[in-house]
Amino acid sequence: MKILVAVKRVVDYAVKIRLKPDKSGVETSNVKMSMNPFCEIALEEALRIKESGRASEVVAVSVGQAQCTDTLRTGLAMGADRAIHVEYPGTLYPLSVAKIFKALVDAERPALLLLGKQAIDDDCNQTGQMIAGLLKWPQATFASKVVLDEGNKVATVDREVDGGLETLSLDLPAVITTDLRLNQPRYATLPNIMKAKSKVIKKLTPLDLNVEIRSDLEVVQVTEPPKRQAGVILSSVDQLIDRLKNESRVI
Amino acid sequence: MKYLTAASRLLRHSSRNLSDHRSNLQFFCSIRPSSSGLSYTSLRSYEHLIQDDCFHRKITLKNICFRGSGVGILHCLPKFQSDGIRTHHRNLASTALIPERNKSFATINSDDISYFKKVLGGRGVVQDEEKLDDANTDWMRKYKGSSKLMLQPRKTQEVSQILDYCNSRCLAVVPQGGNTGLVGGSIPVYDEVIINIGSMNNVLSFDKVSGILVCEAGCILENLMSFLDNEGYIMPLDLGAKGSCQIGGNVSTNAGGLRLLRYGSLHGSVLGLEVVLANGTVLDMLGTLRKDNTGYDLKHLFIGSEGSLGIVTKVSILTPPMLSSVNLAFLACEDYLSCQKILVEAKTKLGEILSAFEFLDINAMDLVLKHLDGLRDPLPSSKHNFYVLIETTGSMESHDKEKLEAFLVQAIESGLLTDGVVAQDINQASSFWRIREGVPEALLKEGATYKYDLSLPPEKMYNLVEEMRQRLGTAANVVAYGHLGDGNLHLNISTQQYDDNILAKIEPFVYEWTSKQRGSISAEHGIGLMKASKLHYSNSAETVQVMAAIKKVLDPNGILNPYKVLPTPALSQT
Repeated sequence: MKILVAVKRVVDYAVKIRLKPDKSGVETSNVKMSMNPFCEIALEEALRIKESGRASEVVAVSVGQAQCTDTLRTGLAMGADRAIHVEYPGTLYPLSVAKIFKALVDAERPALLLLGKQAIDDDCNQTGQMIAGLLKWPQATFASKVVLDEGNKVATVDREVDGGLETLSLDLPAVITTDLRLNQPRYATLPNIMKAKSKVIKKLTPLDLNVEIRSDLEVVQVTEPPKRQAGVILSSVDQLIDRLKNESRVI
Repeated sequence: MKYLTAASRLLRHSSRNLSDHRSNLQFFCSIRPSSSGLSYTSLRSYEHLIQDDCFHRKITLKNICFRGSGVGILHCLPKFQSDGIRTHHRNLASTALIPERNKSFATINSDDISYFKKVLGGRGVVQDEEKLDDANTDWMRKYKGSSKLMLQPRKTQEVSQILDYCNSRCLAVVPQGGNTGLVGGSIPVYDEVIINIGSMNNVLSFDKVSGILVCEAGCILENLMSFLDNEGYIMPLDLGAKGSCQIGGNVSTNAGGLRLLRYGSLHGSVLGLEVVLANGTVLDMLGTLRKDNTGYDLKHLFIGSEGSLGIVTKVSILTPPMLSSVNLAFLACEDYLSCQKILVEAKTKLGEILSAFEFLDINAMDLVLKHLDGLRDPLPSSKHNFYVLIETTGSMESHDKEKLEAFLVQAIESGLLTDGVVAQDINQASSFWRIREGVPEALLKEGATYKYDLSLPPEKMYNLVEEMRQRLGTAANVVAYGHLGDGNLHLNISTQQYDDNILAKIEPFVYEWTSKQRGSISAEHGIGLMKASKLHYSNSAETVQVMAAIKKVLDPNGILNPYKVLPTPALSQT
């Protein structure tokens, strides 16, 4: 069974982000970038499935500018067998990415597609769901536990939902997006980093996949949230009531 | 020495009560000297005895650091006449010879309190017992003073007025910052007035072009790091205590830390200081110039003098720009020789991007994994004898990563490394650093620690650890870690409880061994109280004499941080 894992290169989770002076977006030049944490979890899950003997190959895929290969190298160092880089230098929105993945899945025919539940730069939480819709595949999102049956025909997935945990049973092939508590990703060890150098990263363009990138969305402006106002100490209850009534109009 | 054992046995039994400081203070209130009842002088001499012995006791009992006495001791200890230094009941040459309280120092009275209240306002004068309790105890909970007063000035002018007054009254003082020191230098020995600089915590200016930061001495290091982070700069030093330590204290102790390998010591990065001398004179040496050869560069006297020559009130420091590419590798080696070879290789192959080189041995690793939550072994596949942490900092990610990986590949192929991991994001890097920075905390949780901080020639460093293990056998756990890149070993001997027998096997052996290698008995922790009598192991007699002469010039009454840094006999000779 082949598993395809989507990974995204994002601003490192621990970095304090700043806006570009023209408010067109977040400053990404000269800032540490790394693999999206949820994508790491997805890749880790794929590797564990492979180590348990259920899968024969794990393929890491990334869509974006040239430096995405760094993220793919990390994926290969963690243990993926090969990688695919769909190069596109411009801005990408979830629907475009989903269309690219549909074309890739049609070509590669994996039995399982794993993604992180959302990317920490845009927090869209859309790509996995859209791919499943385009492929007409079953989907289980926010997975906190994934169990495959003996024949690799059915996946039983626990999902973290607002009310608690929901268990779904999906026929493969399926799309699963991963949540935080699914696993703890492994570190990239030196022997694996060395092996990764000889692994293949195939380069494609959206054109090769017959996908046209266009979007109905346009980012007009990005601003910081308003600065938190200092609290005010009032001197009496009457003053408090007056403020609540007249200023914040709560009562 | 039967009475010693009896006293220690008694204190050990009552250890549970004594560990709650608040209950202690109430319990032992009645034994404090008071004007009514017992004659002041007789009780004072007893108190000296008890304080001295209790001090000695301090390092033999885990978590017991109560000064003043236990009732048990009063019964067990025979009376004896006071003399200059308590030595005759110490058969262990090693235990710190704590000088008795200097008779020329006055004690605080109500006039003093009113004066301080006038200068500092009510808020700046602290006599609350709980707060004083904290301020009187060091981070290791090994030493405790009995100060009754803490002052919190907010301006240099206030510091100047306080010191002028204390000097004229001959009141001893202890400058205090974050109180994270490891040699008992930041807390009173007796009833010295604590001058806590923590309220002077403003950043005064920052030049974005030159990276020169001017701030008050009470700024917490981590806050300065956050401030500079926004500006695209970093502090030239980094240490585990960054959340509490203050820059004034860092400067006064010439703190080293994790980045010394790359950015050098504070003697290089501090460009200027504002210091208040013992008599209240304010020395404005707060230059912001990179080069200034005009006369004697006095600031270097104060950097590392541990508050004994003056109180630092403002600091001007050169900060390096923040570079975007930081890589961290956590590596495993079979033996110490490989660690050294890797250091040489790292210096040559990584060259200008190398920013930290730390090591820890397997005992340190085991302790950290045992006591700290949320940490996992980066190399769980097998047990390794030595772990090395290498950090590189540069401006080009691809260039640095390539260099680091080439270096690591070669190290593995030549057998210097047995395994390793490279952090793939900042989160992973922080967890690796947490392992190295968490060793002191893990040691604290494990039990009693005898802590030594030595500078030794790198080839000889681990020999000391192995010899110590042979000497102690199964009696204690010898843990080693440190800044291998700087030749700085942190040797820690961990036991369940403090024990004189174990101490006897450690000291003076460890100091003599170090002295023979012409090493330093205190690489970065400083002298404080703990090593004041050991200065001669790393300094010639003439050198110490000149130090004492300088102290006499700048602080004739000796009120600044007494009993610390310089040995008392040296001071009384001048």
